[in-house]
Formats: sequence, C-alpha cells, structure tokens
Amino acid sequence: MFLLLKDLQILRRSPLQAVLLVAYPVVIALLIGFAISREPGEPRVAFLNEIPPGARVAAAGSQLQPVGVDKRICGRVECVPVGSREAAEAKVRSGDVLAALILPADLVDRLNSLSTLNPETPEVQVIVNEEDPLKAQVVDDRIESLLGQANLLIAKQIAAEGGRYLDLVVNGGRFDVFGTPVEILGLRTAAKVLRGLRTAVPPAQRPALDRVVRFATLARDNLDVASPLIDRLAEPIVVDKKTVNAPTPPLEVFAIAVAAALTMTFVTLLLVAGSLALEREENTFPRLTRGLVSRSALLGEKVGLGIAAGLAVTLLMLAGVQIFVSLDWSRFGLWLVAILASGAALGSAGAALGATARDVRAVSLLAFMVSLPIALLSLVPSGAVGASVYDAIRVVTAVFPFKPALQAMTAALDANGGGIGGPLLHLGILIVAYGLLARLALRRFSAV
Amino acid sequence: MAGAATAALEAHQLVKRYGEREALKGVDLTVDPGELVAVIGPNGAGKTTLLSILAGIVEPDGGEVSSPNGEVGWVPQQAALYRRLTVEENLLLFARLERHGDPRGSVEEMLELTDLRERRNEIVARLSGGNQQRINIAIGLLARPVVLLLDEPSVGLDPRQRARLWGFVAALAERGTTVIFSTHDIQEAERYGQRVLVLADGESLFDGTSGQLREAVREAAPEAAGSDFETAFVTFLQHRGH
Repeated sequence: MFLLLKDLQILRRSPLQAVLLVAYPVVIALLIGFAISREPGEPRVAFLNEIPPGARVAAAGSQLQPVGVDKRICGRVECVPVGSREAAEAKVRSGDVLAALILPADLVDRLNSLSTLNPETPEVQVIVNEEDPLKAQVVDDRIESLLGQANLLIAKQIAAEGGRYLDLVVNGGRFDVFGTPVEILGLRTAAKVLRGLRTAVPPAQRPALDRVVRFATLARDNLDVASPLIDRLAEPIVVDKKTVNAPTPPLEVFAIAVAAALTMTFVTLLLVAGSLALEREENTFPRLTRGLVSRSALLGEKVGLGIAAGLAVTLLMLAGVQIFVSLDWSRFGLWLVAILASGAALGSAGAALGATARDVRAVSLLAFMVSLPIALLSLVPSGAVGASVYDAIRVVTAVFPFKPALQAMTAALDANGGGIGGPLLHLGILIVAYGLLARLALRRFSAV
Repeated sequence: MAGAATAALEAHQLVKRYGEREALKGVDLTVDPGELVAVIGPNGAGKTTLLSILAGIVEPDGGEVSSPNGEVGWVPQQAALYRRLTVEENLLLFARLERHGDPRGSVEEMLELTDLRERRNEIVARLSGGNQQRINIAIGLLARPVVLLLDEPSVGLDPRQRARLWGFVAALAERGTTVIFSTHDIQEAERYGQRVLVLADGESLFDGTSGQLREAVREAAPEAAGSDFETAFVTFLQHRGH
C-alpha cells in the first residue's frame, strides 16, 4: 500500500510524464477509434461539364430522361466547379483536389452514336496527380467506382427504354418518330383483331389465319418474359449476403473497444514496466527486497498500480467517447470486469518486460516496439492475408494480452460482442504466464 | 580479532563463486559491538561481495553469517533513494516499510541525526551527493541495526562532504553501532577504521589494526617501513603475491 502511494507520488511529481501517459494514449486511441468508425470522407474533385445545356441521350429513337450528371456525380464526391481545363489541371497539380473530371462537349453525341451504325466510344477525361503509390491507388479506386456507377446508371436507363419499347410491341400504344406520333397496334391487339376477322375469312384460308394468330399470341407471351430479362441485363448480378458468424457489434462499438484496449495497453504496460525498471535505476530494489517487501509482493504492487491507472484512464476515455457515441451504461459491471482482467494481464506483461529489460529507457522503447505491431496485427481480419500468415498472426497475437483485452472489451460493451468468458480465461492464463516470467526475471534484476 | 562471546557479527569460511571465478575463498570475520572495521583491497578483491553476503543480499555458496544481537543494516554504494520524493517522504516510506510503531517519530530522529531537518521538504534529486549519502545511511539506520554495513560510502564525495560523512559515522560508532565499511581510500581506512580487513582475489590477507598492518609490512619489506600507509599497503600486497 505504501509502495503504491509512493509510486503515485512519484507520478504526481512528474506532471509532464503523467500528462503524457494519460493524454497520449487517449488521443491516439480516440483518433484510431474514430478513424475506423467513420466512412471515408468524400474526395474533392474538380468538375468541368462541357456538355451543352439541353443535350439528351437518345435511345431507340427516343430521348432518355435528362441524366443529371452534375447532381449525380457531385452526390458521390465533393465537386469543386472549375471554368476551364487549365484551372482543373492547376487545382490537381496544387493538391487542392484529388482529381479533375471533365465531361467533354461531345460526350452525349458519342453516347447517342452507340445506337447507330457508326458507334464511337464515349469518353470522360480525368486528370490526376499520382504523387505517391497510396494516393494513386486511392484515385484509381475512386475513378473506377465512379465510372462503374455512371455506366450502370446509363445501362439501366437504356434497359428501361428497351423494356418500354418492347411493351409497345406487345401491348401497343403511341410512339413518337421525329416528332410525329405513330399509333402502334401491338401483338395483343393484333391477335384479337385477327380472331375477330376469322368468321369473315373463307374457310380454306382460316388455317393460315389461325397460324398468324398463334404466332402473335406466342410472340406476345414470350416477349412478356423478355422484358424482365432486359431489366436484369443492366445489373445481372445482385448480392445476397449471408453472415456465418453470430451478430457483430456496430462498428463504432468495436472502434471504442479498440480505443479502450489501446489505451490500457499503453498506460498499463508502460507504467508497470517503467515503474519496475525505476526501482532498479534508483537502486532501491535490493533495499526493498532485503526483508522489507517480498519480490512477489513488489510485482503485485506494480501490477496493481497498472490496473488502477488503466482503469482510471479507460473509464475517463469511455466517458469522453460518450459525447460522440451512446454507450450502454447498464453493462458497466461487465466493463469493470473486462478492464480489470485486461489491466491485470497487461500489467503482468509489463512487469515481465520491465524485469527483463531493466533499464527505463530500454523498457519504454521496447514497450512501444512490442505494443504497436501487436495491436496492428490483432486488427488484421481473417481472409485479408494468406492462411499460413494468418495462422502465424493468430499465434503471435495470442501470446500478448492486447487481442483478448480487445475481445473482452467488445463483449463487455455490446451484447453482440460475443461471449466474455473465453477472453477472460485467455487473460487469466496470460496473467499467470507473465507473472511467472516476471518473477523469474527478477532473479537477475539487480545484476549489472 | 574480537572475542566470539560478545560478537555483534560473525562470519565463518564464506565462499562465493561466480561461474568459474571464486569471489570469496573462505573468509572469516568477527566484529565486536561499537567497532569500526574497514575492508580494503584492490578492485575485484571481493569487498562488495563480502558486504552483500553479510547484508543478506547475496547467498554464499559456503560458510555462514550470524548476528546474534539483532538487525544488520545495509547501505549500498550508490544511494538507494527515490530521487523524486522529498527527504522526509523517503524516510517516512522506509520507516513504514520497516513497520515502525511510530514512523513519524523515527523520521524526526533521523532528520536530527543527519542534520537535515531544515531540508526535509526538498526533493532528494536536488541535494548534493554528500547529503544524499547521509539520507542513504539514515534509511539504513531506520531498522535500528546493531551492525551497519557501508559499501564504499565516500565514493564521489568532495573532501568536505567526506569529512562530514565520517564525523557522522564516527558518532554512530560512539553510540554503540558496529560499523563495517569498505573503501578504496587507504588513508581513510587508516584514519577511521579501528580494524582493517585486507582482501585480495577473494582471500583474507590481513585482519588487525592499521598499526599491526604497518608492523607486518616492516617484517615483510623493511625498505617500505618508513613510507606512508598507502605505499606500505601496496608493498604488502606485492609481497603476498597480489
């Protein structure tokens, strides 16, 4: 107890260290948490529309509904209107926008040529600044997605127009040809008219008339089926998603669990490892363990310090997160269990680290070098890497408390976060394992 | 050598090995209450190992240690203090860990003894090396030991700080505390040690007063008899093959 108070006193005497220890993980955790909980922002794209006003895409002799290109594209990206190609290029070059999209004046004409004997390929122009590979990939993905959506939109409109024309053939109606309305009889009415004429036709010619009636009926029935087929051509494949695992918590809850686990990892690991190494640096370890405190009790005190600090900082962070995301405070008891178990496991790992590395600077460096990659590896989902690599990642992340701490926090925060028993058992095993490792490492702790 | 019946501390045939190297080769030592014993020897002689075994910090591979009259206090070579705590906070923490009935009373006593009462609220890191060493010793005294072990207590201190330190140690001995200290400073051992234990390569070469050591030198090397104590000591080591 006195040692714990002493460590808190030392922490209080180092305000910068205390602030950094608390603020740094919280800020980092919140940044990471919110980065993965938010949709990517809309990219800024310079937009130049050179299509003459009133231009329409024609299909099968009619004009489609106005495409509304500006509205549709600018609904998916943040459009920055520009007046010329030079202005568009300048904006891309300066990095003000991710890319520039230019709809040339002849785009509609080229689209219309698709239904003629001399089709031309419609083109939109894109100006990009692929200054680094990551940006190049982002730009390519965005453009591909935008063009895919535009193509789908046009295909749907053409398919709809085709379906309407087919309906006209089957059921009849009015049709404009160069501004002149034309009455189309339609197969259905044609068959009806022919059946009505049957009695007026000489008997010898009736079989031939019957054959025409049968053709009209068959064509009507089969073309009825063709209409939905044409519709499907516009979007031949649709997704039917089936989830094989239990329901998962919302993304923002998972993000908070990640933030909490990261916070605890940094605070607890660094504090316990650093505090233990400080006992050696201050030369107090032999004095303490010479009958005043047992080595196990000293380890227990350090882990207790880590749990207390981890609990305080994590609860503070959760209270802060409440501003942005609503948390289920009725599960507070489970939060405590998850935080305490995670803190104990991370504290034990910190004690093992501190007892092994012994030097405060080496301990701090090692804590970061171990924690960051393990935390990142723990977030790699199955299927994102090869099976053997994923197996290796699972083994590596299983021997460090971050992943079970994350699982325990996810389970504690949300009913859909999975069972908490497994992660708690995992953490319990790690507490014992790292505790033993720390105790063994303390045997040579004082040695130079 | 002191009589075993009244000894404050006794060590018999102490042996310590670090791998192949023998750091102590059957060392004996018996010290009376209130005695001031200096342990001297060249680097690697086994001085710190001997004091660590006497303090119970290091387990010997052979031999035994006993202190029939009570606690043995230990003051390591480097100050074992929390530098970010104040003088008073350090003393109070160790007094509580020693489970004193009146920890605050013990702190006052130590502040008086070390003459640091006016600096009780100062952060230890801001104190001079000499003052840090006084607190270091005061913490070693909190257990009210009958024997106090000081491992090279004057290392890094300037002459003025050294003089204050030895005045403090001498006062302890006068109050009846047995003090065993190791040092590299041969003049210091002659001046403050009532007895001198000479170690070299883990062996005990001499145990007696500084006068007896000079006598031993005169017998072994008459040419060094008139020289200062340090020269006599070096000559003695050379004659003993070290």
